[in-house]
Amino acid sequence: MNGTSRSADGTSSTTNGASRTEDGTSSPASEAYEERLRAFVGREVTGPTPGQDPVNQPMIRHWAEAMGDRNPVYTDERAARATGRPGVVAPASMVQAWTMRGYAATVAPAARDTAPGGLAALVALLDEGGYTSVVATDSELEFRRELVPGDHIAVQETVESISPEKKTALGAGRFVTTVKTYRDQAGGLVATQRWRTLRFRPREAGRPRAERSTGGSAAQPGAEPPARRPRPAVNRDNAFWFEAAREHRLVIQRCASCGALRHPPGPCCPECSSLWWDTVESGGRGHLYSYVVNHHPRHPAFTYPLLVAVVELAEGTRLIANLDGVAPEEVRVGMPLVLDWLDADPDLSLPVFRPAATEES
Amino acid sequence: MRAGTLRGAAAIAGIGATEFSKDSGRSELQLACEAVLAALADAGLRPADVDGLVTFTAETNSEIHVARNTGMGEVSFFSRVGYGGGAGCGTVQQAAMAVATGAAEVVVCYRAFNERSGERYGLGQADRPMDTSADRAAYAWMTPFGLHTPAQWVALFARRYMHEYGADGDDFGRVAVVDRKHAATNPAAWFYQRPITLEDHRSSRWIAEPLRLLDCCQETDGGQALVVVSAERARDLPHPPALIHGAAQGLGRDQHMMTSYYRPSISGIPEMGLVARQLYAQSGLGPLDVDAAILYDHFTPLVLPQLEELGFCARGEAKDFIADGHLEVGGRLPANTHGGQLGEAYLHGMNGIAEGVRLVRGTSVNQPEGVGHVLVTAGTGVPTSGLVLGGER
Repeated sequence: MNGTSRSADGTSSTTNGASRTEDGTSSPASEAYEERLRAFVGREVTGPTPGQDPVNQPMIRHWAEAMGDRNPVYTDERAARATGRPGVVAPASMVQAWTMRGYAATVAPAARDTAPGGLAALVALLDEGGYTSVVATDSELEFRRELVPGDHIAVQETVESISPEKKTALGAGRFVTTVKTYRDQAGGLVATQRWRTLRFRPREAGRPRAERSTGGSAAQPGAEPPARRPRPAVNRDNAFWFEAAREHRLVIQRCASCGALRHPPGPCCPECSSLWWDTVESGGRGHLYSYVVNHHPRHPAFTYPLLVAVVELAEGTRLIANLDGVAPEEVRVGMPLVLDWLDADPDLSLPVFRPAATEES
Repeated sequence: MRAGTLRGAAAIAGIGATEFSKDSGRSELQLACEAVLAALADAGLRPADVDGLVTFTAETNSEIHVARNTGMGEVSFFSRVGYGGGAGCGTVQQAAMAVATGAAEVVVCYRAFNERSGERYGLGQADRPMDTSADRAAYAWMTPFGLHTPAQWVALFARRYMHEYGADGDDFGRVAVVDRKHAATNPAAWFYQRPITLEDHRSSRWIAEPLRLLDCCQETDGGQALVVVSAERARDLPHPPALIHGAAQGLGRDQHMMTSYYRPSISGIPEMGLVARQLYAQSGLGPLDVDAAILYDHFTPLVLPQLEELGFCARGEAKDFIADGHLEVGGRLPANTHGGQLGEAYLHGMNGIAEGVRLVRGTSVNQPEGVGHVLVTAGTGVPTSGLVLGGER
């Protein structure tokens, strides 16, 4: 029963690096425990549960606004009809939202949530096995028809599979895959959702781990999962940079008044004192201005010796980043570099630089 | 650069320290009290005479605790200086200005910590608590990349300096060797009777390449205090006054905390150049009038550009200046005669100011001939400060 290897689909690896696993290794858990877990497979853990409100225009508008989705078919009757629809429709990916329980229900679960054999029982069983933490890994949605205001949706959830124990970057855990089925007031199928979470045993704090490569890619097959890199202190002045980095865009702050580029960023232009700024995206070319090879002290998130560089970009600003793809003894001040990206963990993407020559050879 | 009115207005009349150890076995506050009392005794003054206190923002022993515990009475001036080791000489500048303006008459500057047995700065910033301040946000450009420690920050300057001027590891190692040579004859030094050779330096392990273990200063438990009074009052006290001929701070353009890598050039120390220009303007002296120096040596590589910024040699020539033996007792500029922070103790540079006073008094364990003026520097890589001390001659 290793159906969760499908987690290698593109969605999961881009949305959550932690889902990379070492296939086929399960720890010797007690057979009785395995049996109790297996009993949940195929079982309905949440019976048909209607959403609190029918599909309605105000919630659609709020959703579209929050998502920045300006497609008029969600809010404008005439525009919707112009596309051949009978009227406005709800965004397809909103299907889950119609059946969300809301905050009050989350903090005070209803009786059906704690029914014997229900989802709560499965979570309790996983807790018993030490899998006390959870992270969502991926979600595959299939839509049958568009929802319109007045539809009233109910969801029902069935366990599809529970994986053997896997080693992941977050700790040893099991992928739990359920299928949620969404039906309308007439019982008609609206959508299905294959919903996968990792229930895991959080790793012990402070336990040393090594990354495989100097630049420090995340979990590698067979390697002990790494500790997370120190978190950047993100505030109102630098958040844009780290947000762009998560999209693998290396941005440079630019004064909107005088055009001067600056890094590290700040709220005010050192050249003209303007508070107005925007960003430009770096072309990702530069050269090595200086570097250090770190040996001691060691932090568990990194592999040593660790190369840290001051890179001078072609745009003229400098930044600190790790060097990868080059041995410490081969590093030379002045060597041309190209940008690459490191997804250190689900929350942190950072630029890394590689020698330009190795890419061209 | 203006001369100002500070020259010769105040003097350091007393110095006092605890022993320098790796595990003091007592509180940081007790270390501070012991150092303050020792400095006052050296000055021939009592705690009740003190009406001013200056320390570092990094200091954990607040003025109220030191004043109350040592039996000081009313304190009319208290001030702190920021930026870690860059504060050292700045505390004396604050004290001298307070004395010169009448804000206080007897000002004690102090620094005490269990930096080895307690919180070790050398372990770096990786796991410090988060907040959204600009100071903490600055670490966002370092710690996620594994750039955590002072040695690593300095190494990036050192590598660039090597690239531009052809310096190598031996050029840094010679600084360590001369420091340890001086410490070897200083009974107060942690490395008393333990000199090193250049070969020892070459074979010491990498910490943050190009920095080796012996390029890095030690970590110390201890306390150091200094007593500043007017020059006039100092003349009535037991020791010959160490007159403050110049005292200055410097924060350079595009200054960061230990990581000013974004300036057009990073092979110099512009904030130290700013300090030097002020010191010479205030004192009316030039590099040739300086007979000895205490150069901040948390890490050896930044001693080289200090010599250049202070005008003792031209840019890129510090390696030759050092190799020619000019930092030795008997050389052109005897330096760190107490052993420096590599050899004596790491007291955030405050022990170096005390050695500057001893050089003026003529009481250093490695006393060179004819020391008229001593230049003392504070931390490098940070906003910094400096002093020129001298005798009555």
